Amino acid sequence: MQNKTDIKQYFINQFNEFEKSLNGEKSSDFHKVRKDAINRFAELTFPNQKDEEWKYTNISSLKKHNFSPAAVKANVSPETINKFLFDKMEHSLLVFVNGEFTPELSKLIDIPNGVVIGSLAEALKNNNPVVKKHLGKYAEDENYFFTTLSTAFTKDGAFIYVPDGKVVEDPIHIIFITKSGSEKILTQPRNLFVAGKNSQVTIIEHYVSDEDSVYFTNSVTEIVANENAIVDHIKLQEESKKAFHIARMEVDQERNSNFSSHLISHGAEISRNDFNARFNDEGSECILNGLFMIGDEQLFDAHTMIDHAKPHCNSHEHYKGILQDKSKGVFNGKVMVRQDAQKTNAFQENNTILLSDDAVMNTKPQLEIFADDVKCSHGATIGKLNDEAKFYLKSRGIGEESATAILIHAFASDVITSIKIPALRDYLEEIISKRFNG
Amino acid sequence: MLLEIKNLHANVEGTEILKGINLKVNAGEVHAIMGPNGSGKSTLASVLAGKEEYEVTQGEVLYNGKNLLELSTEDRAREGVFLAFQYPVEIPGVSNTNLLKTAVNEIRKYRGEEELDSMDFLSLLKEKSKLVELDSKFLSRAVNEGFSGGEKKRNEIFQMAVLNPTLAILDETDSGLDIDALRIVANGVNKLKTKENATIVVTHYQRLLDYIIPDYVHVLYKGKIVKSGGKELAIELEEKGYDWVKSDKAEAVV
Ligand SMILES: Nc1ncnc2c1ncn2[C@@H]1O[C@H](COP(=O)(O)OP(=O)(O)OP(=O)(O)O)[C@@H](O)[C@H]1O
Ligand SMILES: [Mg+2]
Repeated sequence: MQNKTDIKQYFINQFNEFEKSLNGEKSSDFHKVRKDAINRFAELTFPNQKDEEWKYTNISSLKKHNFSPAAVKANVSPETINKFLFDKMEHSLLVFVNGEFTPELSKLIDIPNGVVIGSLAEALKNNNPVVKKHLGKYAEDENYFFTTLSTAFTKDGAFIYVPDGKVVEDPIHIIFITKSGSEKILTQPRNLFVAGKNSQVTIIEHYVSDEDSVYFTNSVTEIVANENAIVDHIKLQEESKKAFHIARMEVDQERNSNFSSHLISHGAEISRNDFNARFNDEGSECILNGLFMIGDEQLFDAHTMIDHAKPHCNSHEHYKGILQDKSKGVFNGKVMVRQDAQKTNAFQENNTILLSDDAVMNTKPQLEIFADDVKCSHGATIGKLNDEAKFYLKSRGIGEESATAILIHAFASDVITSIKIPALRDYLEEIISKRFNG
Repeated sequence: MLLEIKNLHANVEGTEILKGINLKVNAGEVHAIMGPNGSGKSTLASVLAGKEEYEVTQGEVLYNGKNLLELSTEDRAREGVFLAFQYPVEIPGVSNTNLLKTAVNEIRKYRGEEELDSMDFLSLLKEKSKLVELDSKFLSRAVNEGFSGGEKKRNEIFQMAVLNPTLAILDETDSGLDIDALRIVANGVNKLKTKENATIVVTHYQRLLDYIIPDYVHVLYKGKIVKSGGKELAIELEEKGYDWVKSDKAEAVV
């Protein structure tokens, strides 16, 4: 039997191994950040359900495995990667295999001058000033067990920097593929995306596996949208059905910036997503949309927080869930409107469809408003597919399965249609069809 | 015989609503069912279409010699039964075209026919939308979402035209239609009429029956057909109201 100390002690021991593997890099400035993190990690407690933030999400099963943070090489063919590409779309692609950047499988297309798209390991090695300025500055780790773990073992991830005034037209597709076989590995992608003033970029974070293996992905993504920048972010979580996926995204928005996020999630046995967005200045907009589809005994958890620290900002959050079998969903969406944040517009909604009597959804939309001149609304619904609508479809000759699939497509449609990339929309419709059309 | 309902009893949430309905419909016929509010007209229509909330406690329904009540809702539709709903449901996110395309192809598959390709399907939609003078913009819109009452009814008849049923049950399709829309809907129904199919129109108003001429008129009252007759019965009902049939306990004779 293992307990809290054991998993912590395990990772602390692993850290020594990890340090050795770093060779010369141990003497870099950044390594001090790692060492500080492992020291803080030693003080933290493994999340448990007594903690309000983990009340409905039991991750104790994670402790049963000794996931190894050591690098594991694997051969992934271009054909395997092709399975996760979107049809008829030529665009830049970064591939990470078991957490490590793999240039042979990656390609860059039409990248404007000065734009950096590549691996964080490389940027760290080159002492990239943007990395130095931003990495770890948004995802504070005092209260985040897994962020601290990520910081301690920081090695690689995606790094994108779009300088002021630059526009990257085509989406940048980043695939994190885990091919671990029977080895239980931990990969910890550490991503940093910085969009300069008046810049524009679309980034797709795509977590995949084409096997049924047990592994653990612990990712941290920091995003900075500088003044008047437009950043579209899409995350697609298609991990193995037995994987653990714990992810955090921190978004920092400067004046008049425009950030939108879509999370489409249907993989992993347990997935937990912490999304925090902050308005540091006026005139910005933040969109958080999500669609999760889970079955069997899968668990999906989204904890989001939008911090309206300044006036004249808009936020729009809409999460939708479709639960089958004995799956369990958790949505905890907080919108904080601080005293200064007059003229805030905040909309938040969570709708869930339960397709089985054994599925459970815990939803907690929270609005905390300290300003008086604001327009805010929030709501949540949990229900079944509309029986009247289903009967109507059947009365036209449409069978049970198709009727269900049609209504599910319809339910998901507003999240899907708000994604601006047609090829990606098709890819997602296909996922829904495969899942519900038998 | 196309449809034979024998001593049909049905409950809703434990209350008996249909209390022994007998009705025979032959191919080529039009039957009108009239009756005061709450008498069970829509319940009868729903039971025939296969709505699960309605529990049949006694009796049987033969359709083309088959036990209709044993078939699932979708199989009834595939066998040619169509219900135009009194209150068509709105289905956001599902376009009319998508609904009909899926329906047409599932029905064809059931009957062992090839699926229609997109071109043939679109020309079918075009042809049938003309029949009910439905603007083609309705095709891409979500099913009934934001449609006016009259548009919903017209959309029902449009779907009927596309699916080409053998037995169509129109539940108050005339309610809420202005006279022009009524004429269009009635016209559509009449054009779809053949020697092989039959129509049951549920209505409160003689007005519709000026356009869709019934062969038989039945009065449903408190879950039973209390009077049957020819088209003159509808005129008589319009003049005298239902009170005289309520007191007259005549059983159905068809
Ligand atoms: N789902 C239901 N639950 C409870 N009662 C119902 C339900 N459906 C129908 N009823 C009841 O059954 C009776 C018959 O209703 P029905 O809708 O069949 O009448 P109708 O003849 O179609 O009336 P109308 O002319 O108003 O359309 C009514 O008393 C109605 O309240
Ligand atoms: Mg009725």
